[in-house]
Amino acid sequence: MQLPDEHKLASSKKRKQAIAFWIFRIFSYAIIAILFSILSFITYKGFSAISWGFITQMPEEGMTKGGIFPAIIGTLYLVCGSMLFAFPIGVLAAIYMNEYVKDGIIKKIIKQMTNNLAGIPSIVFGLFGMSLFVNKLGFGDSIIAGSLTLGLLALPVVIRTTEEALKAVDDTFRQASLGLGASKWQTTSKVVIPIAFPNIITGLILSIGRVSGETAPILFTVAAYFLPKLPTSIFDQVMALPYHLYVISTSGTNIEESRPVAYGTALVLILIVLFANLLANALRKYFGKKVKMN
Amino acid sequence: MKPFYKKFSEKFIEGLLMLSGTVTSLAVVLIVFFLFKEGVSVFNQEAVEEGYVVAVNKKNSADHISSEDLKNIYDQKITHWTPINGKPDSIVLFRLEDISNFYSDEQIGENFEGLPTCLSSVVDSLPDIIAFFPERYLAKNFKGKVLQVDKIKMSEFFGGKEWFPTAQPSAQLGVMPLILGTLWVSLGAILLALPLGLAAAVYMSEIANEKVRRVMKPLIELLAGIPSVVYGFFGLVIIVPLIQKTFQLPVGETGLAGSIILGIMALPTIITISEDAMRNTPRAMKEASLALGASKWQTIYKVVVPYSISGITAGAILGIGRAIGETMAVLMVTGNAAVIPHSILQPVRTIPATIAAELGEAPAGGLHYKALFALGCILFLITLFINLTVEFITGRNKHQKH
Amino acid sequence: MNKIESRNVDFFYGSSQALKNINIAIKPNTVTALIGPSGCGKSTYLRLFNRMNDLIDNTRISGTVMIDDQDIYAKGVNVDSLRKKVGMVFQKPNPFPKTIFENVAYGLRVNGITDKKFITERVETSIKQVALWDEVKDKLKKSAFELSGGQQQRLCIARALAIQPSIILMDEPTSALDPISTAKIEALIYELKKEYTIVIVTHNMQQAGRVSDTTAFFYMGELIEYDNTKTLFTNPKIERTQNYITGRFG
Ligand SMILES: Nc1ncnc2c1ncn2[C@@H]1O[C@H](COP(=O)(O)OP(=O)(O)OP(=O)(O)O)[C@@H](O)[C@H]1O
Ligand SMILES: [Mg+2]
Repeated sequence: MQLPDEHKLASSKKRKQAIAFWIFRIFSYAIIAILFSILSFITYKGFSAISWGFITQMPEEGMTKGGIFPAIIGTLYLVCGSMLFAFPIGVLAAIYMNEYVKDGIIKKIIKQMTNNLAGIPSIVFGLFGMSLFVNKLGFGDSIIAGSLTLGLLALPVVIRTTEEALKAVDDTFRQASLGLGASKWQTTSKVVIPIAFPNIITGLILSIGRVSGETAPILFTVAAYFLPKLPTSIFDQVMALPYHLYVISTSGTNIEESRPVAYGTALVLILIVLFANLLANALRKYFGKKVKMN
Repeated sequence: MKPFYKKFSEKFIEGLLMLSGTVTSLAVVLIVFFLFKEGVSVFNQEAVEEGYVVAVNKKNSADHISSEDLKNIYDQKITHWTPINGKPDSIVLFRLEDISNFYSDEQIGENFEGLPTCLSSVVDSLPDIIAFFPERYLAKNFKGKVLQVDKIKMSEFFGGKEWFPTAQPSAQLGVMPLILGTLWVSLGAILLALPLGLAAAVYMSEIANEKVRRVMKPLIELLAGIPSVVYGFFGLVIIVPLIQKTFQLPVGETGLAGSIILGIMALPTIITISEDAMRNTPRAMKEASLALGASKWQTIYKVVVPYSISGITAGAILGIGRAIGETMAVLMVTGNAAVIPHSILQPVRTIPATIAAELGEAPAGGLHYKALFALGCILFLITLFINLTVEFITGRNKHQKH
Repeated sequence: MNKIESRNVDFFYGSSQALKNINIAIKPNTVTALIGPSGCGKSTYLRLFNRMNDLIDNTRISGTVMIDDQDIYAKGVNVDSLRKKVGMVFQKPNPFPKTIFENVAYGLRVNGITDKKFITERVETSIKQVALWDEVKDKLKKSAFELSGGQQQRLCIARALAIQPSIILMDEPTSALDPISTAKIEALIYELKKEYTIVIVTHNMQQAGRVSDTTAFFYMGELIEYDNTKTLFTNPKIERTQNYITGRFG
């Protein structure tokens, strides 16, 4: 048995490592490059389309001209509506899970179900929203049906981020408060939640980012193809940014001519997400502890 | 009074919290209920659209017909009665518009008031006829025989090679092309995303320094945050024309375009989860390897990767799950042809894309509507299976390591 | 001739100094114990000998560390080869997620040895050396995680021995083990001394007294006293050493 030559071995190890690391580095940079090419392409193309009028005007001429005002308002309604539903319930559910219920079968079931809900594809939420809210409960295609559907989709996200925020609160705070004779709810509401609050809000912002871009759940529950007026009640249909982008880029009356509007809409969507992410990151940095999205 | 009030409100709040806690479970139960109630009822339906009948001459010995035979007859793939009732006579096809070959407009009447009688006598006069027409033109004393069309069978549904839910006279509900399309596109996506994603995960957790990591991490999160329509749009304006040009295709909307976009969309899932798993490799384990003279690279592939293999697998599987369930991006770039794909350079159609594209036109409660819900059930079951697999893998691993 | 020698060694984590002007010379085939209160720099010092501290960002060393009369921090030194020569055993048993056999064979494989027969023989000798052979010879293909803590630690020692280092560093190798396993490892150290030079960090004064020939007492990053073990324990020259070994502080 001949032992490998020390120098040869060392240099071969070094070479292999260098090659491997270079490949990994290139692949990683490729991913970042993909991200930036998407962002910069849409920014470049969309920038010229965006103007004050684009944001504040109704669509015109078969959606090839004019603005996207009703779609922006529609998305705003949907985001508010879904969060009005998902945020309080999600936060309360997370408090229940993290502060109240003891480890055991109930907690396990709730956890499992929340996980399952999070794993359901968004189009299935659309099917469900259509059969329950639109047809069974008779809401029709409406803001309320769309908001409830989107809210259900966002619920697991809110629960998870809130749970992580609560977990990050050191137990000594709870013990100190309970030791002073405060009740469980007093401890939770006066001590735990205020400490966890910034992270809970971070979670809220991230869910807003997610909800504003979802298309599949609103296809059959609220979204209108073309509706150049603002809704007057929660039982009205609305246009929405992601659906608008889908429509004008695939099935509009004149796809080629409406491209600038499409680029503009895509840019607005990206800006919303970018803004949500930046804000969330800034909050995290500002308040220290980290909340995870996935 | 005060302590009582306090105690009461504590209990009340706890009840409220518990109620909120059950909402997700309730939602899952409701989703399953509504999805399957509509979806499963597809197997209680005849393949012929409601309000239509299939009629034959009353001497014809057949009394029922499968939807596949019916379709083949109208496609003139079956031209003789042999497979249906054993008689070798050739079939006479009759559609509603053919009535003008037999009767004049006056006989039919301005408001079709004479149509039922005409239909009745046509069917009666031709022994080898098969006729398909709306039920409202079925005469009260119809002289032919109305054929029973078989209910949709499981085997037809899952094994059928044709998805053509609006076909006349009988809808073709074979989900095979859709399931295969979904799997093809997702498989392609994961083949693209896995090497890239794992490389990035290794790079971020083991190679890059803290500064680079701190920059990359939010960028990957941003990649996860971009809405799927935007990916779809990007695919449509960049990738689709690119593919069309590169491969000289008539259309660029292909399975490959879907795979590329889905691959990009699956990256964040793969990266985040497998990077997390690799970072959980105990420091001591890595040090032990280095202390034996292993290089950093040897340590990565001989120790870090095997140690975190379950997390990496979980990331890959969840990435596939994400690809399978994705709707909008695929809908926009794959061309949506419901045929069994033979190459990645052909248009394909996935289950989610089918639901999204067709549900709007399917009348609520009808066969088509129910069939789309059945697709939803399939999708739900696939993703449930994926999630449970992932939980099993990661859960089993937890026990092993402690 | 000294096996290991450190001259005027300072070590920094970022801006905080963890070791101050350490001078020690270690003779071949001896056991040297490093003792001192928690955080005094024992592990940091030990990890200098196989350049394990290189892995930590923002660290800096000055002074020289010599092994076999070669400066191991000199330019051009191959760290992988150095680590092959200087084995290490950690505080907690840390087998790889592999079979028992593959754990021991690991060091051979990463160092380019492919001869199956040679590997099999070497694995067997190494496991025999740590007196683990009878306990594991029927389950070499089983996962190393299936062994008890004490067995795992002996396996980790066998893993270090397999590549035939000349120095073995041990950082509190018995602190996670029960008394019986501890006794086995101490006996093993005594055996190994014949072929290897051993440096061991321990919090257990009795252990230091039992296994080591020389002892170094560290305090707040400084080497307070370094002497023959017997002398240091029975007749320390410095009061702080006296206080520590009699348990008056620390
Ligand atoms: N990775 C690190 N980064 C920064 N400082 C460190 C690091 N590791 C150790 N230190 C500091 O260096 C000093 C010496 O640590 P070291 O681990 O060498 O002590 P020790 O004597 O081994 O203690 P123990 O008996 O607890 O293992 C301590 O003050 C410690 O806080
Ligand atoms: Mg230590």
